[in-house]
Amino acid sequence: MAKLLPENRRSYAEIESLKFDNEGQPTASSLEQEEVERSVLTQFDLFEKRAEVDEDCPLLLRQKHANVLKKSLTHLPQSFQCLDSSRPWLVYWALHSLALLEEQLEEEDYTKITGFLAKCQSPNGGFGGGPGQIPHLACTYAAVNALCTIGTKEAFNVINRESLVKFLWSVRQPDGSFIMHQNGEVDVRGAYCALSVSKLTNIYTPELFEGTAEWIVRCQSYEGGFSACPGMEAHGGYSFCGLAALFMLGKDHLCDMKAFMRWIVNRQMRLEGGFQGRTNKLVDACYSFWQGGAFIFLHNILYKENKSIVNSDRWLFNQEALQEYILICCQQPSGGLIDKPGKLRDVYHACYALSGLSVAQHTSLIKKYIVGSPSNLLAPIHPMYNITFDAAVKAMKYYENHPIPPSGTP
Amino acid sequence: MTDSSSDCTLEEEYVLYKNRPQWRDVTPIQQDDGPNPVVAIAYSEQFRDVYDYFRAVLRSGEKSERVLELTNDAAQLNPANYTVWQYRRDVLHHLNSNLTEELDYIGETIREHPKNYQVWHHRRVIVEWMKDASNELQFTDQVLSLDSKNYHAWQHRQWVVATFKLFDAELQYVNNLLVKDVRNNSAWNQRHFVIVHTTGFTPEIIQRELEFTASKIKDVVNNESAWNYLRGVLCHTESGNITSEDFILDFCQELYDMGCRSPYLLAFTIDICEEFLELGVSSEAYPIQKALQLCEDLAVEHDKIRKEYWKFISRKLSQNVSCKTDVNSSS
Repeated sequence: MAKLLPENRRSYAEIESLKFDNEGQPTASSLEQEEVERSVLTQFDLFEKRAEVDEDCPLLLRQKHANVLKKSLTHLPQSFQCLDSSRPWLVYWALHSLALLEEQLEEEDYTKITGFLAKCQSPNGGFGGGPGQIPHLACTYAAVNALCTIGTKEAFNVINRESLVKFLWSVRQPDGSFIMHQNGEVDVRGAYCALSVSKLTNIYTPELFEGTAEWIVRCQSYEGGFSACPGMEAHGGYSFCGLAALFMLGKDHLCDMKAFMRWIVNRQMRLEGGFQGRTNKLVDACYSFWQGGAFIFLHNILYKENKSIVNSDRWLFNQEALQEYILICCQQPSGGLIDKPGKLRDVYHACYALSGLSVAQHTSLIKKYIVGSPSNLLAPIHPMYNITFDAAVKAMKYYENHPIPPSGTP
Repeated sequence: MTDSSSDCTLEEEYVLYKNRPQWRDVTPIQQDDGPNPVVAIAYSEQFRDVYDYFRAVLRSGEKSERVLELTNDAAQLNPANYTVWQYRRDVLHHLNSNLTEELDYIGETIREHPKNYQVWHHRRVIVEWMKDASNELQFTDQVLSLDSKNYHAWQHRQWVVATFKLFDAELQYVNNLLVKDVRNNSAWNQRHFVIVHTTGFTPEIIQRELEFTASKIKDVVNNESAWNYLRGVLCHTESGNITSEDFILDFCQELYDMGCRSPYLLAFTIDICEEFLELGVSSEAYPIQKALQLCEDLAVEHDKIRKEYWKFISRKLSQNVSCKTDVNSSS
């Protein structure tokens, strides 16, 4: 007799019935999609057989992931040379992942990491990709998030808020957009990173972000999602940045929320359960957060508008299907998380698959949906910053008592 | 994410900078990771050597031919090092270097690392300096022919096309891509971009685009890109309403009557019904009851993964209906 499935769980037969129909018109996009579906179905098939004998599955391989992540914090092989300008990112991805897993490091490890991040801080404010590199908005975001995840007074005090304000002013453009670094590229990541660090460390002033919301709104494409810059294609990463930034500015009403909602709900893949980044592209576990996290803002915005029609127990995506995709298709048996079956693990995907898993598990601080073993439960995140909720609260409380530095307007 | 790269193979004649007589006047500077390095990368000897000298010239501010060569090596070892590219531009500017050569060089680097932010940005700055974009359409086409959805390549192409007004053949280019793969969403997006920046969505162009899109939808009804583009066109009509074109109303009706149950068709139909309700238009073909029924059909059969969404839309529609009824009965 077939086992009764828990609420919202899908059987293999049901998943298989959702295979892509190329309508007799195979193209590069459909061929790639069909190939991914085959590899995903293999994983779901194996899982269903395992589930018959193992009640605890799917199981999040907490210890194995933690081991891989801890190791990545110390030594990295030569192949990481291409990430030598993203070292604060490497720290943040691993530290945040470990925090989601509620894994503690030794106190001295936190001190070492704090000391290293201090070395990445530029004398001119902001953080670079490594010691001696010029400050970069994305590295600054990663370093600030990593330090707040550590959450010690020592870590909080590394951030030079006075010079950080100066750095943010130096990358602000007259139209309210932000370049990533001196003479660098403009895109919507810049606005998000600048807002995130200034809100978190209490250096936000409205003057610094004058015109920013209006610029971001220009990045909303006809599909409803946000793009890197005006005119480009709607994309998961930029959409998160765009909506999170508008939300932080209290100006989400400036964009077309109905179009945004229509676009983002359609990014969840019907068969795989995970998210794609763009229309007609492939599933990727990192969008579990970039798309999944944006649903938290969407939920809040809709609730503000009209609470009587919002189901406060659930986000507007299938939370169980996303968890299944991550747990069944994206865990490497030896530890680490991956984009999709057949790919190799990396810390970036660990961070954003786990962050997305956390979003799918917690609808609120009370309501939880945990697919598989109860031990799979992760710490809840704060969606504005993507650090744990507790870490965000602690950091905001800490900096609350520090006055906003003088704006240093040019 | 940055793409991975490995060290360029140590060719026989490669000499470390520390062993080059012409660099003897420079004292290399080691990276200062502090007493307790974390995320410590096992740099190759070459990597360490090149970057020790790069740090030295960054501090001294030397801008010379040999520094240009040094930044070449540094960028090859880690093309994502934005500090290296930024300094390289300072040097190029200072030396008044030959930018055509630089364009060739960055082209090669992009071909090796097509998904890297820094290399594309470098190319953009060089093109800006040269005020000459005559290679750019061909170059982006080459990159897109290997990956027709490369975001960086499209972003560069849009910038070039808009800045240097290279729109002439762009719609044809998009058409060719859509013939190859009608599901290529980047190409649909480019189509919208081109029209916005050239003719604009005039009534004639809207008509042309609606017919074009409808025919593409007929070919592949589950192609979300085409459905999204359809909305993108309709929002440019005078009223901005999706119900403003009878042609589309009939088209959707026809598809439905033929038995088509594509979730994109059903979603579009719901929006038509909703808009008629809002406009106070009573439509025989698109009553609000139909929308409510379709929400149910989508939630339980055609689009189950979006059950929560369809239930939400259904509640919203029901509320709109009762609001309208209240207004009507009180007036």
